[in-house]
Amino acid sequence: MTGIVLEARNITKTFPGVVANDSVSLTLHKGEILALLGENGAGKSTLMNVVYGLYHPDDGEVYVDGQRVHLSSPRDAIALGIGMVHQHFQLVQPMTVTENILLGAEITHAGTPFLDLKAGRERVMQLSELYGLAVDPDAIIEQIPVGVQQRVEILKALYRNARILILDEPTAVLTPQEIEDLFHVMRDLATAGHSIIFITHKLREVLDVSHRIVAMRAGRVVGEATPEESTQASLAEMMVGRKVILQVPKGPAHPEKVVLDVRELSTHAERAGVALRDVNLQVRAGEILGVAGVQGNGQTELVESITGLRHILSGSILLNGVDVSRWTPRQRTYAGMAYIPEDRHRFGMIGAYSVAENLVLNTYHREPFARHGVRVDEAISAHAEHLVASYDIRTPDVQTPAGSLSGGNQQKMVVARELGREIGVLVASQPTRGVDVGSIEFIHQQIVAQRDRGVAVLLVSAELDEILTLSDRIAVIYEGEIIATVDGPTATREQIGLLMAGVRSQDLR
Amino acid sequence: MAAPTTTAAGTSRVKRTTRWVSWALIVVVAVLAILAETTPLGDGALGILMGKGVLRYTLRAAVPLIFGALSGILCERSGIINIGIEGMMLAGAFGAFVVKAFTGGLPLPLSLFLATLSAILVGAAMGYLHALLSIRFRMNQIISGTALIVLATGLSTYLFNPDWLSRGKFADFAIPLLSRIPVFGEILFTNGFLTYLALAMVFVLQFLLFRSRWGLRTRAIGEHPRAADTMGINVNRWRYINTTLGGALAALGGAFLVLEAVGQFKEGMTAGRGFISLAAMIFGNWNPLGALGASTLFGYAQALQNQLLLSGVTRVPRFFISMLPYVTTIVVLVGVVGRTRAPAAEGEVYETE
Repeated sequence: MTGIVLEARNITKTFPGVVANDSVSLTLHKGEILALLGENGAGKSTLMNVVYGLYHPDDGEVYVDGQRVHLSSPRDAIALGIGMVHQHFQLVQPMTVTENILLGAEITHAGTPFLDLKAGRERVMQLSELYGLAVDPDAIIEQIPVGVQQRVEILKALYRNARILILDEPTAVLTPQEIEDLFHVMRDLATAGHSIIFITHKLREVLDVSHRIVAMRAGRVVGEATPEESTQASLAEMMVGRKVILQVPKGPAHPEKVVLDVRELSTHAERAGVALRDVNLQVRAGEILGVAGVQGNGQTELVESITGLRHILSGSILLNGVDVSRWTPRQRTYAGMAYIPEDRHRFGMIGAYSVAENLVLNTYHREPFARHGVRVDEAISAHAEHLVASYDIRTPDVQTPAGSLSGGNQQKMVVARELGREIGVLVASQPTRGVDVGSIEFIHQQIVAQRDRGVAVLLVSAELDEILTLSDRIAVIYEGEIIATVDGPTATREQIGLLMAGVRSQDLR
Repeated sequence: MAAPTTTAAGTSRVKRTTRWVSWALIVVVAVLAILAETTPLGDGALGILMGKGVLRYTLRAAVPLIFGALSGILCERSGIINIGIEGMMLAGAFGAFVVKAFTGGLPLPLSLFLATLSAILVGAAMGYLHALLSIRFRMNQIISGTALIVLATGLSTYLFNPDWLSRGKFADFAIPLLSRIPVFGEILFTNGFLTYLALAMVFVLQFLLFRSRWGLRTRAIGEHPRAADTMGINVNRWRYINTTLGGALAALGGAFLVLEAVGQFKEGMTAGRGFISLAAMIFGNWNPLGALGASTLFGYAQALQNQLLLSGVTRVPRFFISMLPYVTTIVVLVGVVGRTRAPAAEGEVYETE
């Protein structure tokens, strides 16, 4: 490793109400894979968006090859050899791979504004072979798997001669096998002299692939380490700022009768979604059934069917033996179903409402919160005070708008509302997405506590670690079908990873 | 077996079917038209349905719709909803008329040229205004478009003076050789300048949209502006340009009404053509060729209405026959819902942090 190719000095960037970067400095060497580790909201993406010219810092400087540079737009960054693969892919869905790669740096017939798609296609194939990033240049983006879409993103950067690659949470949407492939490509690129900044909050991956690790917390750089001298526990402590329990203490399950019984459930495919086909699931009282799968394989459809947010095509959903598949969501809520949605902002809370109001979103019209159609504010407030205390929701008071809370506290609020009453079944979809480690611990403990009280828990998560930590049994969903159900405690990452990629094996039962 | 693959096959199947159906329709119409002209069948119902008269009228009725739909495509492909086509068209018609009336002393070709230019400029100004309201002032694009319609209707009515007279219009000229083709030469290749321009613009835009740098960028910023931005493309600049050009195109539709079809201006003379253009744009799935097909269909509905009323062959009350173009529009739109695909980022203001 020689020479500093990129340096950020004392970058400060504030958004209304938050200091996203507080005098952050960072260096990147040639041929280095630098892991930028931190929780959601630590300021990693902000820093990288500054380096890529998307954000303009309030203060601080960026140096490329020792020269101070002014990045007023991504165009400047691209010209300096900086490429970025964003967490949410920046690909135009109905266009082809080649069109996406050429966009903004089109190859045209000499002297005309007309595209030379043939030459572009050849260039794409050439790069694809050179770096071992297999893609079909003529495929339409929305029709190829996410793993391949990511390769297109990397090719986009390489096509623009990027020497410095920024990968923002690149593994979030990949299967374990695809992650291995990605790491392979990253190592090859580094060997070839490219420098890579790898943004992540996943400790295992950091240890696996990086040469050097920089941790950020609350907008500041809080530590630096090498993988050799680190463990997952030490990295977690550096990232969070205190000791962290990575494994929730959890005893063996004592499953009883079947509470939630999904039989032969099928749904329509909607745009950008998949259809469920003959899904069968049983969740017993006192157990956690984890549904593992890469995002977008029917998890949303499954959860929405069970909670009543989506029409089903055929099949039935039994709750304690009663078919509820035609019931409204409210009826299901009364029948003891709790639901932690995957996207709390869209489906879990109303940001402009107070914490107290959010805590009664599913019961506001019932006694004691309403009498003769009029709200009883005292009862609502008292209820909120109680939940805020017992679920450790950090808020100035219960009248604060929920939207102003941190992500972790918003999620704890949603969890408090759903678990703060007598329930028989809990449907938790990505319950810890975008939440800080402290809140993750707490939410995991609450889920296990519900199980131990005899609640049937259906946990849907794209985070394999979460599934493996919490589940008593694991069902793997792939393209709308449950392709296997395995025992939780004995399942291995590799086994689940293969299933998530759709590799069916007869001897996995 | 994979779900994405089935969708992939589905999409290309739809495409193939559409293409097949289009060609089949063209062939059927062609055969019927030939039969109507060359056999005694043309004296009866077939003559009314597919005779030269009705087909010529179809094209005339389609031209403003083509310009309007192309205007919509230009704007919406880059992410700006253009509900104001009606207003842009009306403004173009008025702009053309005023200049035509005041340059009556000049030689006719020059006067027509200046009037057309005036329509283009007025339309471009309307388009620019729409872009300004929707991009700079972040106005809701539906409201902004509606405001354009109100503006054009109000101003043209207020400023219009019935004493102004426009003399002369674009005359039909036959394109050598092509116009000699039996039956179709007379329909397709014996027309006025603006008709040829409309047809040419369809093919030009179809090519540019899918085969030029501008087209690639336009489609990208209408689908996923952030992706374009991260690749160094100035999203809002292209939106300004396209919306302004779109305004000019819609105005040409208005110019056609004044300078080629009617020869005069009438208050509210666009009579909903801007909205039918919008339907043609949607039915044509935001593709110029598709818009041509859709405009032709709507034009045919209008021509048929006209023909039926003139010939007096049916006993159906004329009010019902007059509904034909509008009913066709509604039926087509209902049938097409969910099958077409609008640019994903339509109507969203794009802001960088």
